[in-house]
Amino acid sequence: MKTQTAETTAPDGTKAPALIDAIPVRHPGRWVGAGILVLLVALIGQNLATNPQFHWDTVGLYLLDINVIRGVGWTLLLTVLSMALAVGLAILLAFMRQSDNPIFRWTSWFWVWFFRGTPVYTQLIFWGLVAVLYPKIAVGVPFGPELFSFTTQDVLTAFWAAVLGLGLNESAYLAEIFRAGLKSVDKGQMEAAEALGMRKGKIMWRIILPQAMRVIVPPTGNETIGMLKTTSLVLAVPFTLDLTFVTNSLANRTYLPIPLLIVSAAWYLFITSLLMVGQHFIEKHYGKGIDNLAPAAVNPAALKAAKAVTATKTNEIPEESGR
Amino acid sequence: MSSATTDTNLSPTPTTSPLVRIEGLHKYYGHHHVLQGIDMTVNEGEVAVLIGPSGSGKSTLLRCINQLETISAGRIYVDDELVGYKDKAGRLHELNVKDIARQRRNIGMVFQRFNLFGHKTALENVIEAPVHVKGQPRITAKRKALELLDRVGLASRADYYPAQLSGGQQQRVAIARALAMEPELMLFDEPTSALDPELVGDVLTVMKDLAKSGMTMVVVTHEIGFAREVGDTLTFMDGGVVVESGDPRDVIANPQQERTINFLSKVL
Repeated sequence: MKTQTAETTAPDGTKAPALIDAIPVRHPGRWVGAGILVLLVALIGQNLATNPQFHWDTVGLYLLDINVIRGVGWTLLLTVLSMALAVGLAILLAFMRQSDNPIFRWTSWFWVWFFRGTPVYTQLIFWGLVAVLYPKIAVGVPFGPELFSFTTQDVLTAFWAAVLGLGLNESAYLAEIFRAGLKSVDKGQMEAAEALGMRKGKIMWRIILPQAMRVIVPPTGNETIGMLKTTSLVLAVPFTLDLTFVTNSLANRTYLPIPLLIVSAAWYLFITSLLMVGQHFIEKHYGKGIDNLAPAAVNPAALKAAKAVTATKTNEIPEESGR
Repeated sequence: MSSATTDTNLSPTPTTSPLVRIEGLHKYYGHHHVLQGIDMTVNEGEVAVLIGPSGSGKSTLLRCINQLETISAGRIYVDDELVGYKDKAGRLHELNVKDIARQRRNIGMVFQRFNLFGHKTALENVIEAPVHVKGQPRITAKRKALELLDRVGLASRADYYPAQLSGGQQQRVAIARALAMEPELMLFDEPTSALDPELVGDVLTVMKDLAKSGMTMVVVTHEIGFAREVGDTLTFMDGGVVVESGDPRDVIANPQQERTINFLSKVL
């Protein structure tokens, strides 16, 4: 790389041009805006600290209350399980949507249409009522003998009904996100893999999906945070151990709704922050090869091995400089 | 129909047995008649160069050979095996995905846009198919991949991602990736068309070395110099038909057809 502009007084004695030292443009508006914002923050802070209606002592009392902590645990469990279910279904739905089999394509389309088109609250109530619709679930040969059966209520407890309701609804949204991600990968990737003799399933799993993840992860992170808060609707099932239900019932018992709302909001914020940290690392993993590529991190061991190979050969093609 | 394995590999010198036979090949895209009856033979160890204006069907022809396009009529044989179909008592049966993949493994392909896997390093790109298609042990595949990368002059770039490599370097990695499957036929689809002019030479050098080593190659290109220097045959296509073909030096120096003369006057 040749230096063309910044000729500082280099060791070889070349002349340096006078670098520009201009006075920057002033931005008085920025200072006014900043002043107003600082004032507003101070006012809010003062009010939070002095308004007795916030009952900060009560907030402190219930923030680490065992019932609240349990509620946090259930909320997390609901979020994780229903997202896992949704991601698994979404991958399947996205692949089905790209399938050559029209029945698969239509099924996937219908699924998304249905679960995205009805309110999650309605779906949750429905899953809670499945036991009324089908009191007994039997497994057997269609039109033939029954192999075994069980009572719906024993299997589809309120918790699992909630997971199913949340997960199936979410799968419809995630399927669209995954579909967009798969479409974002250049067609040439598929062709190159096919030309190497790879089979479709392997190409999807090893070549297309990993690259699609770069596009899929940010909106999926968004959905996960959305799911964390949607779990507060599981009352519809009714499932009554999650964070929102617990803090609401504590509020009703103590007649102090505001501090308990603060307790639950603080926990949701805390979990959201944790999820954001997780998302950062997942994004970094799938950005491999595209994002954060600054100077190539050369693995010293591999370089050594490469040199060993190169040393044995003589006619090497000169590499282009500049990259 | 004979099986894929033949005894021709025993002789390293180019023989005259045809490796690729194309007979009466037609291809339609809807109503668009892209290939209008192509007959062509590529012998083992030969370098066949395809030239022609864009839209002449030369890339489509190449893509038909490894089934990135389905053909509408005619037959393609590679190594005496019918490509894409099985002939059972005069009736053609489509091959299943497993057999298509098997046929493709014998054929390496290099694309105009490189198509390296962006989330994998140069080395990972090269070992992907040997490990996950052929089931080679990773360590063996790695050693061979480093040799191949060295052969294309990029051993020191083994741990770079495609985005960190220049176009010319990416294309050379792509060639190494195709060679890793030890194909008996290499297809090049305008391998230098997307490159800055100063990077074309390195890729052509690699291709020349490959030709010298006895690899059978079908090359779609606009590099007339390459055709003259390396090509054993030159085929000029226009409007979905072969207009003229023969020894590259003859065709270039002394074209017989009006359309060939026109085309060459523009690219030379």
